[in-house]
Amino acid sequence: MQLYRLTAHELHGLLTKKEISAEELCETVFERIEAADDKICAYITRTKELALERARHVDGLIRNGEGVSPLSGIPVAVKDNICTDGVRTTAASKILANFVPPYSATVVKRLDAAGAVMTGKTNMDEFAMGSSTENSAFFTTRNPWDTGRVPGGSSGGSAAAVAAGEAVCALGSDTGGSIRQPASFCGVVGIKPTYGAVSRFGLIAFASSLDQIGAFSRDVTDCAQMLNVICGHDPLDSTSARFDVPDYTGFLINDVRGIKIGVPEEYMAEGTDPGVRGAIEKAMALFESLGAVVEYTTLPHSEYALPTYYLIAPAEASSNLARYDGVRYGFRAEDAGDVIDMFVKTRSRGFGAEVKRRIMLGTYALAAGYYDAYYLKALKVRTLIKEDFDRALEKYDVLISPVSPTTAFRIGEKTGDPLQMYLSDICTISVNLAGIPGISIPCGFAEGMPVGLQIMGRHFDEGMLLRVAYTFEQNTGYHKMFPSDTGLGGF
Amino acid sequence: MARYEAVIGLEVHVELKTRSKIFCDSTTEFGGEPNTHVCPVCLGLPGVLPVVNKTVVEYAVRAALALNCRIAGFSKFDRKNYYYPDMPKNYQISQYDLPIAENGYLEIDTEEGPKRIGIARLHMEEDTGKLVHQGAITTTPYSLVDYNRAGVPLIEVVSEPDLRTPEEARRYMEKLRAVIHYTGVSDCKMEEGSLRCDANISVRRAGSRVFGTKTEIKNLNSFKALQRALAYEIERQIEVIEEGGRIVQETRTWDEGRGVTLPMRSKEQAHDYRYFPDPDLVPLVIDEEWVEDIRRSLPELPDAKRERYVREYALPAYDAGVLTSTKELADFFEACVRAYPNPKIVGNWIMGDLLRLLNANNMEIDGCRIKPGQLASMLQLMDRGTISGKIAKTVFEEMFASGKDPDTIVKEKGLVQISDEGAIAAVVDGVIAGNPKTVEDYRAGKEKALGFLVGQVMKATKGKANPELVNRLLKERL
Repeated sequence: MQLYRLTAHELHGLLTKKEISAEELCETVFERIEAADDKICAYITRTKELALERARHVDGLIRNGEGVSPLSGIPVAVKDNICTDGVRTTAASKILANFVPPYSATVVKRLDAAGAVMTGKTNMDEFAMGSSTENSAFFTTRNPWDTGRVPGGSSGGSAAAVAAGEAVCALGSDTGGSIRQPASFCGVVGIKPTYGAVSRFGLIAFASSLDQIGAFSRDVTDCAQMLNVICGHDPLDSTSARFDVPDYTGFLINDVRGIKIGVPEEYMAEGTDPGVRGAIEKAMALFESLGAVVEYTTLPHSEYALPTYYLIAPAEASSNLARYDGVRYGFRAEDAGDVIDMFVKTRSRGFGAEVKRRIMLGTYALAAGYYDAYYLKALKVRTLIKEDFDRALEKYDVLISPVSPTTAFRIGEKTGDPLQMYLSDICTISVNLAGIPGISIPCGFAEGMPVGLQIMGRHFDEGMLLRVAYTFEQNTGYHKMFPSDTGLGGF
Repeated sequence: MARYEAVIGLEVHVELKTRSKIFCDSTTEFGGEPNTHVCPVCLGLPGVLPVVNKTVVEYAVRAALALNCRIAGFSKFDRKNYYYPDMPKNYQISQYDLPIAENGYLEIDTEEGPKRIGIARLHMEEDTGKLVHQGAITTTPYSLVDYNRAGVPLIEVVSEPDLRTPEEARRYMEKLRAVIHYTGVSDCKMEEGSLRCDANISVRRAGSRVFGTKTEIKNLNSFKALQRALAYEIERQIEVIEEGGRIVQETRTWDEGRGVTLPMRSKEQAHDYRYFPDPDLVPLVIDEEWVEDIRRSLPELPDAKRERYVREYALPAYDAGVLTSTKELADFFEACVRAYPNPKIVGNWIMGDLLRLLNANNMEIDGCRIKPGQLASMLQLMDRGTISGKIAKTVFEEMFASGKDPDTIVKEKGLVQISDEGAIAAVVDGVIAGNPKTVEDYRAGKEKALGFLVGQVMKATKGKANPELVNRLLKERL
């Protein structure tokens, strides 16, 4: 078995038993990156020298018998909208192509303190706006299971890196499904924690009330390890919650007896790919066979989730992205006549089409005379959607659904039709609007491409998500599949 | 003019003197090399988040309570969106529909007696940076930006349109400054920009209940500018109406040099700020008990202090008003009274000689070198007869100039009053011998002649002779 196919907890065993060194592990992963990334294009920036230095430092700690944490020496990739001190952070935008932050995001500092080794910065849709990574200003990331298909997005680089063995775990961000959907498309585990569970400080904002940093891993155990490191209150983020962070590995329990699982019928509506539907129905049957109570339920305001999201998110984005004007940092159009001209030219050339589309949508939604009809209305509907979940989760411990109505689509298939692209997030955006946690785990294949199962839970009840996910994983084998195992040309 | 009435409302920005900025821990210190009092947060770098400085909220509550406002138990921050290079994020974090305080008032003195001016609201916001142009803004080849001021906390105090004359507007502004300055939350220095004012003004026919169309006047950098600009704008608006024209709703700027207001932008060119709640900040929930703690910690405010001076010190209302016009002056006065418990005499010295010297030297009381204890010592020297009232004036001026103790000055300059009877008698004898004509006049009944002789004695002693003694000795000999 190749080292790069192992999980963090397996590697941790090898590291502490000194069967491998962190430096060897790091070298192996970079060899894999060098071999695979020309095809996969997961990374915008690789930080090999920095990584090796960190790995050697961790080896020193292991040699000295000093406290080694579960992520010590584990190669972790970081989405390129999460700031890293001294390492270029672009948000996959031309406007930030040369931006080197003078500080690190809180999550990056936490990973660093836990001994994790950053491999580099991963590709994404520009400013996290997109569902396929095709909106990156630099290049499109490929799905490791079929390089003719998208890895999903916006955290496509992180998902593809973990799926292809180019990193063991990765950080992503999820505003409307940007962790769960690519995790699903790439056959890995991806969690969007409860809004407020993880500090957003250092995450380049898209839509502040929806953005949440989360993690990718190859199994649920690693997911719990990542949560242990990244969750917790941060005084630098007013919206981060003060709560007692549990040891999430304590929820890795292979038992769902008596657990009530609801399946929102709206999430299995027509338009759901038969292969996807089949995989979800098989998962429902499995849970039932393991002693869980599985029932169909309803989230009546689901049909309003997409329009609600596409008012709130662009409105916040139009304001969040106003700072990219060429005055202080990043790209600046040099041929401007005056300051307004500089703003206009800088932003016209610096942003891609999808980002501009959303800035215009959001500016319109907030404009005098439209605010009440659009933005304010959307906030009200958001409350209704939240209440749908509150009601459902009073009755059920978790809700399950597909992550996306389809498996990974072909590159270029939806770029001409933004609305079709938006529909790819139909099952995930409500979770962001409600602020609850959601996880995607591999639950089968449809025509050779991975299908993801979404598990949604109560606020700060990541523990229950992990328990249900872990039980599923332990009773199936999908998480052990690697793209090259299919014999279908996967990596 | 009597046929028209002006309606004026003021929007006043006050810089709070917290140690750090409103949403980060960069220093608020004035000046400093450009872009040295900054951090990723106040520079609006990608990914940063604001965190409210609790002291800013406390100061805002303090000011609001002093202005008799109701504190909102629930308020929030909003983003005011517009593009300008001095704004790091191209939006300003402010408070829109749920400000921290509303419904206050301030009382001003007018010729018709005290008048209550309503305060509609008080809210918190962040200051912007500043642009440095090379020459005029219209011709500058490039501009530089200094973000030291970006994120410095401000409160904006919006009055009701209750002011009717430029004079009232100035008084309101002066009173507002005094009250806020008393609370200690701001330096309130117009010259340094820690107190800024915009005015909304319209005119209407006397007796009308309807408001006329208003204009907003910016760039009012002093009390004088405020009063002059309003006076000008009233005249201008009346003239437009008298000539059958209409007032255009617009923003105008005060041109100090030319003494006129000029159009800046029309209503059509006004920004759409696209306010919306800042998703990076949670709503402010303010505990009533905390508000009460702050209320209890408020110092005695100018109106209460003035009343007390009249009541306790038996000062005339006017004197009490002058002495309480700034907290520093009142503190100085009270310290002097503690050291020399005669409020009337202390008050006279402060209102007379001290304020005259401060004005002449363009100084504030906090720059004064005379310490309260020194003024008391000087007054005691007078009581003991060591110096005369006339000498005291000289000593006071020297104290003001050098900050030296009055005893030292008296000793150094040999200003001790001569009360040695023998020494003065000798001088008196000399003056009598040297002015036989005047002596004769006096003996013939010309009372005035005595004054001349006293003057001669004082001249000979360089003013140091004890005047009572001189009078007695002269009379005895004549």
